[in-house]
Amino acid sequence: MKHHPTSAKFPSNARTALADPVLQGALRNLKKGFPVKRAEVVADLPEFEALRDVARDIKDHTLNHLDAYLEIYEANVVRSGGQVHWARTAEEACETVMTICRDAGARIVTKGKSMVAEEIGLNAYLDTRGIERVETDLGEYIIQLRDEPPSHIIVPAVHVTKEQIGETFRAAHNGLDPNRDLSEAREITDEARDRLRQKFFAAEVGITGANFLVAENGSSIIVTNEGNGDLTQTLAKVHIVVASLEKLVPTMEDAMAVLRLLARSSTGQEFSVYTTVSNGPRRPADLDGPESYHVVLVDNGRTAMLGTENQDMLRCIRCAACMNHCPVYSAVGGHAYGWVYPGPMGAVLTPSLIGIENSGHLPHASTFCGQCEQVCPMKIPLTKMMRHYRNQAYASGHGSKISRIALGMWSYLATHPGLYRRVMKIVARGLRWFAGRRGSLSRVPLAGGWTEMRDLPAPEGETFMERYRRERGRGPGQ
Amino acid sequence: MSAAREQILSGIRKALGRGPLDETGLAPIRQRLQGHSRHIIPARVNLDAEGLVELFISKARGVSATVEAVADMAAVPQAVARYLTQENLPARLVQAPGLADMDWSLAPTIAARSGLAEEPDEVGLTPAVAGVAETGTLLLTSGPETPTTLNFVPPTHIVVLRRDQIVGAYEDAWDRLRVNTLLAGRQPRAANFITGPSRTGDIEQKIQIGVHGPLRLHIVIVEC
Ligand code: SF4
Repeated sequence: MKHHPTSAKFPSNARTALADPVLQGALRNLKKGFPVKRAEVVADLPEFEALRDVARDIKDHTLNHLDAYLEIYEANVVRSGGQVHWARTAEEACETVMTICRDAGARIVTKGKSMVAEEIGLNAYLDTRGIERVETDLGEYIIQLRDEPPSHIIVPAVHVTKEQIGETFRAAHNGLDPNRDLSEAREITDEARDRLRQKFFAAEVGITGANFLVAENGSSIIVTNEGNGDLTQTLAKVHIVVASLEKLVPTMEDAMAVLRLLARSSTGQEFSVYTTVSNGPRRPADLDGPESYHVVLVDNGRTAMLGTENQDMLRCIRCAACMNHCPVYSAVGGHAYGWVYPGPMGAVLTPSLIGIENSGHLPHASTFCGQCEQVCPMKIPLTKMMRHYRNQAYASGHGSKISRIALGMWSYLATHPGLYRRVMKIVARGLRWFAGRRGSLSRVPLAGGWTEMRDLPAPEGETFMERYRRERGRGPGQ
Repeated sequence: MSAAREQILSGIRKALGRGPLDETGLAPIRQRLQGHSRHIIPARVNLDAEGLVELFISKARGVSATVEAVADMAAVPQAVARYLTQENLPARLVQAPGLADMDWSLAPTIAARSGLAEEPDEVGLTPAVAGVAETGTLLLTSGPETPTTLNFVPPTHIVVLRRDQIVGAYEDAWDRLRVNTLLAGRQPRAANFITGPSRTGDIEQKIQIGVHGPLRLHIVIVEC
């Protein structure tokens, strides 16, 4: 099934998510899990902060010389016996993958987790062209069987309970013994392992993403914990790497510097279980490995971000630290964002890739608390970029009518101090009076969108200016 | 060359506000690619050889690998046999062809075959290129002597690591590989950094050890 973007409907998506107790439980777990582990391993690496600057500089340098590094990278892939296919658009990338699959006579295609594959809609593309596509990352496999999009970029099935997974497996796995216990994570994992084993060996083509492409030697690097990416690429006859342009780094040393940040920021591990450097097809005397190696280099809007205020986002390594620490993501989960990339990185990347008109509300999905920027290993100025999109949405008339009128009134008041003081006196006392003994308001005129899911603490009844005058009268220096 | 390629490259140049880099522009890039200069290396690896071995062992255990040390290569077959018995595993294994001079007559209960791993092989035995103390990580490479399937297909993976192969940082391990590569004239198809047995947190974020890759990773460190 094709999952169409619903990013424009963020408010109603969010409302549904807030009312879903299962999701809310999973999100509470998430908040207690990854951020805590991240803090521990970061504390264990005193060089972490300095490495963030290093990582930012590595990517900035690469992006500013991207054309040259891409050419060198391509030459080195060819030297190692592989092929590079350039794709301007999602459509072109999917066609290229499909052509390679056809040439390989593929019926079964195994696939490792790849966010860019989600982005270009590769799954639906293959599914509708007679390919049996098998997701091999456990989380991806679960949501494939459930026909859902991922709700997190690292743990895509974070919103599903183990009971639901058990039911899903029972419905999908033909010949499954009805007495087989699927009540615990261990049993579920074993069942998935058994099923997927057969597919790994049967697949003609294995598709993986890439965490890095290395110009120095034409290698691609993937980082996984399950080992599925390795079986995918080792056992199939053909290995296809689907990667976007900005995955490039110059050298192995550059990749290693960023790798020191990736797992720590992502799952709070010091290093992922498998960091695999792949270089072309099997060598003549090798006993295993793919017979051919293809890289599909995807642009799909990246070059349009270069040289603009969005370029910084091309440093993103998809670690998910920003969403793991985001109060908005923690409240609504990934599906509310309506497209492939959720959380703060999605709020910035989605409008860059599918246009602000299709994602109008996402830059507003932020409290500007700045947590995401604090933890982003690549030092991407996420809040600044969201603000930029808010301005753009406002300028192009994508904001709500009420907020436009309210903002208009506000700016008039703010530029007329005398009037401002008088109006604020009335408003502050009025809100105090309305709030009564509770001290907070669950409804405020014109701010229904804001108060629907939260309460507004009422002002003390005195304005800041009034208090300032009063306090100054008895200040120490006076 | 393809139209897509040309358009992407010229799009990048336009966005960056310049044409293709000339020789002067390319010089720093070439230098960077050949210099292999390192960035910050964690101070935790500033240790002597003894310290690195200790760090490697404690880090590897921290990610659920098991580690034992033996005196020499001749002690490996018995160590492997002991481990298999202790874990209740069959006394059958597939070993990397590169370990061909392993003398299994020293552990006659074991049936060892050389080659790649297939279903339903239970135990794979391989050498490694290096052990990285920084995070208890092994570096293995593919080749006729060391098929990659051995690292991933069997549920138990036993790795023989010489003590002098333990280095501090990933970069140190890669430098060893670079030297080997220069000798062989070509980088291996796959280089696998392996840190503990396979795991997942995909079901309710509870860690399960053993998914598609091995459930057990046992490292035998050979003193000399
Ligand atoms: S924006 Fe930063 S924190 Fe978020 S996924 Fe990308 S690199 Fe990680």
